[in-house]
Amino acid sequence: MTAAIEIKDVQKRFGNVSIIRDLNLNVARGERHAIIGPNGAGKSTTFNLISGHIKPSGGEIRLNGDVISGLRPFEINRRGLSRSFQVTNVFARMTVLENVRCAVLWATGHRYAFWKNVDRLPVVKQRTERILEDIHLSHRRDVPAGLLTYAEQRELEIGITIAGGANVIMLDEPTAGMSHAETERAVTLIRRLTEGRTLVIVEHDMSVVFGIADRISVLVYGQIIASGTPEEIRGNRKVREAYLGEEGH
Amino acid sequence: MSELIVISTLNGVLFGMLLFLLSSGLTVIFSMMGVLNFAHASFYMLGAFFGYQLTRWIGFWPALVLAPLLVGVVGMAVERYGLRNTHRHGHVAELLLTFGLAFAIEEIVSMIWGKSPVDYRVPTALDFPAFTVFSTNYPAYKIFMLAVSVSIFVALLIVLKRTRVGLIVQAALTYPTMVGHLGHNVGRVFMVVFGVGSALAGLAGVIAGPSLVTQSDMASLLGPILFVVIVFGGLGSLPGAFIASLLIGLIQTFAVALNGSLASAFGPLDPGLGPSVLTDIWNVTIAQIAPILPYVLLVLILIVRPMGLLGTRET
Amino acid sequence: MTDATAPLELKEQPGGRVRFYGIWLIAAVALIVLPLVFSSGGSLTSFSLIGIAIIFALSYNILLGQTGLLSFGHAVHYGLGGFLAVHVMNAVANYNWPLPLPFIPLFGGIGGLAFAIVFGWVMTKRAGTVFAMITLGIGELVASSSLILRSVFGGESGITTDRTALPHMFGWSFGPQRQVYYLIAFWVMVSAIAMYALTRTPLGRLCNAVRDNPERVEFIGYDPHVVRYFAYGFAGFFAGVAGGLTAINFEIANSAYLGATQSGFVLFAAFIGGTAYFFGPILGAILVTYLQLGLTDLTTVWQLYFGIIFIGIVMFAPGGIAGLLMMHRPLVRAGSLATVIPSYLVAALPTLAFALGVILSIETVAHYTDSEGEGSVVHLVGIPFDAVKPTTWLAAAVLVVVGFVIARLTWRRVTEAWDRAATIARDRGYLA
Repeated sequence: MTAAIEIKDVQKRFGNVSIIRDLNLNVARGERHAIIGPNGAGKSTTFNLISGHIKPSGGEIRLNGDVISGLRPFEINRRGLSRSFQVTNVFARMTVLENVRCAVLWATGHRYAFWKNVDRLPVVKQRTERILEDIHLSHRRDVPAGLLTYAEQRELEIGITIAGGANVIMLDEPTAGMSHAETERAVTLIRRLTEGRTLVIVEHDMSVVFGIADRISVLVYGQIIASGTPEEIRGNRKVREAYLGEEGH
Repeated sequence: MSELIVISTLNGVLFGMLLFLLSSGLTVIFSMMGVLNFAHASFYMLGAFFGYQLTRWIGFWPALVLAPLLVGVVGMAVERYGLRNTHRHGHVAELLLTFGLAFAIEEIVSMIWGKSPVDYRVPTALDFPAFTVFSTNYPAYKIFMLAVSVSIFVALLIVLKRTRVGLIVQAALTYPTMVGHLGHNVGRVFMVVFGVGSALAGLAGVIAGPSLVTQSDMASLLGPILFVVIVFGGLGSLPGAFIASLLIGLIQTFAVALNGSLASAFGPLDPGLGPSVLTDIWNVTIAQIAPILPYVLLVLILIVRPMGLLGTRET
Repeated sequence: MTDATAPLELKEQPGGRVRFYGIWLIAAVALIVLPLVFSSGGSLTSFSLIGIAIIFALSYNILLGQTGLLSFGHAVHYGLGGFLAVHVMNAVANYNWPLPLPFIPLFGGIGGLAFAIVFGWVMTKRAGTVFAMITLGIGELVASSSLILRSVFGGESGITTDRTALPHMFGWSFGPQRQVYYLIAFWVMVSAIAMYALTRTPLGRLCNAVRDNPERVEFIGYDPHVVRYFAYGFAGFFAGVAGGLTAINFEIANSAYLGATQSGFVLFAAFIGGTAYFFGPILGAILVTYLQLGLTDLTTVWQLYFGIIFIGIVMFAPGGIAGLLMMHRPLVRAGSLATVIPSYLVAALPTLAFALGVILSIETVAHYTDSEGEGSVVHLVGIPFDAVKPTTWLAAAVLVVVGFVIARLTWRRVTEAWDRAATIARDRGYLA
């Protein structure tokens, strides 16, 4: 079986500075994979590389066996990979409903249609409603996304990410800035919504990481220094020295 | 022919340097504040009219110093009381504000000085031929204009490379997002930069006024060319603006000097064909298409290199 | 009809559908009845111009309000639409084609669309400031080229046509202005409905998404460039329809239709009206056309007032008139509007004094510098002011300065009252 994501010798340089050096990573289908590492290790850059936000300086990235490095973000998205952003990145002036609905439209085949009434598309409506319920925002459907609370915006962010039905979901610090209660709610949400899909998650909160992930990769200075099950990572000396020790776990 | 080449090159470089006097300020303001100042050419026009009025009152030389300063003050006021309040509504609102300003300034100028050209003359001290190329007398005033623009260019280079403000500007050019971290006096830096940029535009107006036509539509004529220059050079790139300024200056000057058309090169079309698009194109002279050449260049660069010549930025 | 982009809606509207169709019906009836109520030739001409301006401004808002694209060259589509319409009309008359006049605006639309299809792809590569500059450059390019290609654009004088030379329809020759008005009104209705419907399609919604956050759009499967290209095409088409109607109305197309002045006009109309709501540009088109027609008789510097109004809107009410009106909706619903009204009335007086001061200053300067004009006497609210007398200058200065100082204080009160009213509205469950 081919891996969901296969990263081979990927490099990224900005000018003379190497952010990512020979990155190698495999994420199996259906796996929940967490990437952890200290600040500035290149976690967000890795996400940007995989999702096509920036282009790698070298190496190759495959999604379900097909090369995607060098493709534009929307081309990668259409092949079934969807990502969220660390800084909330929603459509601020549009309502919650519109936010989710726009994310559903491409996947339901409506593309750039200008001859259909968007309110009269049963499949779109059904799917949008279900996602709104899933992210607990049904009652806020008509509120502009910019006026939501922070936690609500984070939930909407996840909603937009999963709305297209992509089979590979990448979440960039989904619980950053949330309170303890909010984080717990978000973890349950993520676990439920990514059921049966491949999940790649970047997270600082170790309880979230160990609560969700099947496998963990540790990224330090643009390289994976260890990859394994949560138990293996917990027991890995190199990791403890480089990273976990600092965090006090 | 060689006479035409020498004279046109001189005039082209002169026009190009004048364009750079304007586009450099525009570029620096854009890089630091993210605002494309639509009214930049209006400041140039204000410079010309202030220069004209002050020359009549106190003479050309004091006007040469005073008029740009006045324009600089107007620019600072625009930044302080206009742009700073509009900033929170985003860059489109800022661009629209300067668009409205450009419109209003043109109306105010034509209200005060009328719509026809004013009699802004070359100062007598500079009203003599500097040298003669073949049979053409090259006016000393143009040499003076060239000298002023080149010295401003050199001065700018020194400020940029050697001073603290220059370092800030340079940092802003390279890392636009970093400007926000300049500290609490960022407002003052913006105001000063905007003021200096406007003053430079004003200076360009003061010196160009006597040589070109000082009229209330001079901003709306030059403005679009100016924007072509900075888009062509690559938004936010000072070297790009420099190359584009010279290029467009030269191309336009040479085009104006050339009277050839397809008809003069290949002979007239069969008159039996009657008027059509073909005859229009066949008979138009290069001088006649000079005004549209900058825009043709714009379209070409967009197709070939949408970022502009030396641009690196997406937005 | 406001829920196209209405951001502040919380409670479900009972009978929303009835109200929705009701508004369109009322608009249609109003368009039919208007010339019966105001039947003078002057008002018919004005209504015709306003109708055209409405289509033009709505088409502009597909770009600015819906997709977030600021264009300084929208008149290119309007003008090219006008020229194609004139050429088609002349061809129909020459070759006796069976094409009645009411179909001509469609060709105007095709003219505007064709340009968008050919040049739009390159132009919409970039958004934001660069797009604005490109539209400006392309606008100049087309306007200048039109003067060179004399056989197509007729040089300075333009190309004339005769609208009555086309096959008649329903026995109408479209000679009388009233018949032309109804033709325009018909197209206003059709275009407005079509453009409104566009906002309710998947593409329309994606336009909003591209306006709000083009980067994120790429991660939900869409290419923002394609979305912008489509929006540009539709905007071009309807601008062309407006241009075609203008050609019918004046029986001429000339290069002024394509120029920067016309592009500025539509930007002013759409922005002053308010770009965040579908009906905003309609208000703007009515107001700006009306002002344009009215002010030209009153003052020589009417364009300056346009500029000042525009600057004022940009700085103090970027939502335009529609934005100002809709701000009050939650207050009306929550019944807290009464909290702000008194503060408005208090602020009105000094604001008016300030405005009069500005007008007096402008008119005084205009009359003072314009020596061969209508003399130096300015008539303002029935009072004659002599522009050469120092007392006039003093009066203007006092009005401006004192009006400004007091107005500032009273507007601070307005803000406070507004905050109170908004809090009440929020507490009662209406978003504000």
